[in-house]
Amino acid sequence: MRVPDDTPGAGTRSEPGLTDYARQVRAGYRALLRRRLGVLGLLAGLIAGSVVLDFCLGPSGLSPAALVQTLLHPHDVPAGQGVIVWQIRLPYALMAVCVGAALGLAGAEMQTVLANPLASPFTLGVSAAAAFGASLAIILQWRLPGVPDAWVVSADAFIFAIGSVLLLDMVSRRRGAGTGTVVLFGIALVFAFHALVSLLQFVANEDALQDLVFWTMGSLTRATWPKLGLLAAACALVTPLSLRAAWKLTVLRMGEERAASLGVDVPRVRRGALLRVSILSALAVSFVGTIGFVGLVAPHISRRLLGEDHRFYLPGSMLVGALVMSLSSVAARNIMPGVVIPTGIVTALVGIPFFLAIVLRRRGLS
Amino acid sequence: MTEGLRAEHVSVRYGSRTVLDDLSVGPFPRGQVSALLGPNGSGKSTLLRAIAGLGADGGHATVMLNGDDLSRMPPARRTQRCLYLPQALPAMVHLQVLESLLAAQHALTTLPPARDEDDAVDAALRMLDVFGIANLAMQYMDELSGGQRQLVGLAQALGRNPDALLLDEPLSALDLHHQFAVMDILRRETARRNIVTVMVLHDLNIAIRMTDYDVILRDGRIIAAGAPTDVITPATLRTTYDITARVETCSRGLPHIMVDGLG
Repeated sequence: MRVPDDTPGAGTRSEPGLTDYARQVRAGYRALLRRRLGVLGLLAGLIAGSVVLDFCLGPSGLSPAALVQTLLHPHDVPAGQGVIVWQIRLPYALMAVCVGAALGLAGAEMQTVLANPLASPFTLGVSAAAAFGASLAIILQWRLPGVPDAWVVSADAFIFAIGSVLLLDMVSRRRGAGTGTVVLFGIALVFAFHALVSLLQFVANEDALQDLVFWTMGSLTRATWPKLGLLAAACALVTPLSLRAAWKLTVLRMGEERAASLGVDVPRVRRGALLRVSILSALAVSFVGTIGFVGLVAPHISRRLLGEDHRFYLPGSMLVGALVMSLSSVAARNIMPGVVIPTGIVTALVGIPFFLAIVLRRRGLS
Repeated sequence: MTEGLRAEHVSVRYGSRTVLDDLSVGPFPRGQVSALLGPNGSGKSTLLRAIAGLGADGGHATVMLNGDDLSRMPPARRTQRCLYLPQALPAMVHLQVLESLLAAQHALTTLPPARDEDDAVDAALRMLDVFGIANLAMQYMDELSGGQRQLVGLAQALGRNPDALLLDEPLSALDLHHQFAVMDILRRETARRNIVTVMVLHDLNIAIRMTDYDVILRDGRIIAAGAPTDVITPATLRTTYDITARVETCSRGLPHIMVDGLG
C-alpha cells in the first residue's frame, strides 16, 4: 500500500536540525509570498500615482484643482474644459494602463508557452499584421461591411492581428512543431507584413502615407470611451482565465516534456494561452497602433522582480506593462512643451535603456 | 489481481519506422527496482514512454498496474498513478527549488490553492531531505549544477507519490558518489512505499548489483528478462552490445562485469 509521506519520522534519517530548518524554510517561503504581494501592491500604487500625474500634466495648462473640479462637477465648468477632461485626459490616461496591462499579460503568456524570451506580440508579427490591416484601411479604404467610420482602421487592424495569432496557433498545433518552429514562423510573419505595408506605402498618396506613418508610431490619442471599455472588459475577462492556468504554466517553464509527464496537457494549455494572447494583443494593438515593445519588456522585468511562479509573474507582468505605458504616456506629453509625441516612440526610447540594464545585469534570462 | 506493472502489445512507430512491434514486458515487481538495459537506439526510452502513455502518435499499449488498466485512464489521472521522469533535466528557470516542487505538486490543479501552504512546504522539504538536498530549498534553479537539478527532478517525481515511477536515465548527470547514493535512496523508497520503479540504465555494474529485475533490449526486441545475474551474462552481452565480456566475482563476492574487447 502507498505510504503517505507526511508521517513524522517516516524518513529514515531526519536529522535533528531539520525541524528548525523546516521552520526557517516555512517562514522564508511565507516571507517570499508576502514580499511578492508587497511588490504587486507597490506596482499598483505606482500606477495609481502615474495615472494621476498623467491626468494632471498636459499641454492644456489646466491646474490640478480645475481638473478635479471638472471631474466632480462636470456641469459647472466651461464646456471646453469638460471636453478636455472627459474626452481626452481621462480616456488617454486609462487607455495607457489598459493597453500596458493587456500587452504585458500577452507577452508573459507568450514567452512561457513558446519557451522563448524573445516572444511578444511585437516580435512575432501581431503588431506587423495589425499595421498591415490599418494600412489597408487607410490607403485602400478597404473596410468590413457594417463597421462605423470611427472603427474602420481598428477593425481592419484587429482582423489581421487576430489572424496572425491564429496562424501561429495553427503552426504550433502541427505534429512535431517545436517552439522554435513557431518562433521562426512568427519572425517570418513580421517580415512578410512589413513588406506588404511597404508595398502599400509605395503606392499611397501623400496624405494617406502620413496617416499611416503616424498610425504605426503608436499613439494613445486614439483612445475613446467605447474602445477603452472594450479593452478593459477583455482584460477583466481574460485575467482570471490566465490565473487559473498559473500552476500549469509554471510547470511548463521547467520543460515541455517534464510538464507532460507531470500530467499537464501541454497542447491544450498552449492553445488556451495563445487564444488569450490573441484577444488581448489584437485589441490593444488595433486601438493604439504599434506599441509592441511593452509586451517584450514587461515579462522580463516581472520575472526579475517576482520570479517565475505564474501566480505572481502574470499579474506582475500586467502591472509592469501598465506602469511602463502610463509613465511613457506622461513623458510623451511633457518632454516637448505643447507637443504630444507618439507614445510608441517614447515607450521604446524610455524602455530600451531600462530593459538593457536588466538584461545585462544578469546572464541567462531565458 | 496481478501485482506489479505489466505492459502488453506495445507498438510504437515514428513515421514509417517501427521502433517497437507488439512487445510485451513485465511484470515489473512491486517494492523492487527494475532496469531496462540495452545499447543506444534499442528502444528503452521509447518503451518507458509508451508505458507512461506519453509515446509518439500511433503508439499503442495495454498497461496494467496492480490490476488496474492504466491505458483506459484519462492522461492526468494516469500520471497520478504512474509517473514518468524524462531524461532532460529540469530547465534553468528563475524558480526556487521549493517552488518547483510545489508547482510539480500542483500541476493538476487549476485554482491557486489557499494561501496557507505550510503543509505542502513541509512535504516538499521532506522530499528534498530524502535526496539529501534540503539545504537547496531556497536556492534558485538557475543557480544549480546539472547534478543538483537531476536530484530536484527526482524529488519532484517522488513527491507526487506515484504507485509506479518510470525513470529515464536518472543517474546521467550525477557523479560516482551520487549515482550510488541515489540508487540507495530509490531502493529504500521503492521498498518502503511498495511501489514499482523502472529505470533506463547504461551502467551494467550498477544494474547487476543494485537492481532486482532487468530487461535487456536490442533493436526493439527483448533479449532477456529476469534476475540481474540471469540477464547480464557473457552470452547476452555479446548478443546485445557486440562485446566480449565476463561476469567475475570480486573479492567481496559481488558480481563485476569485465569487458575484454569488441565482438
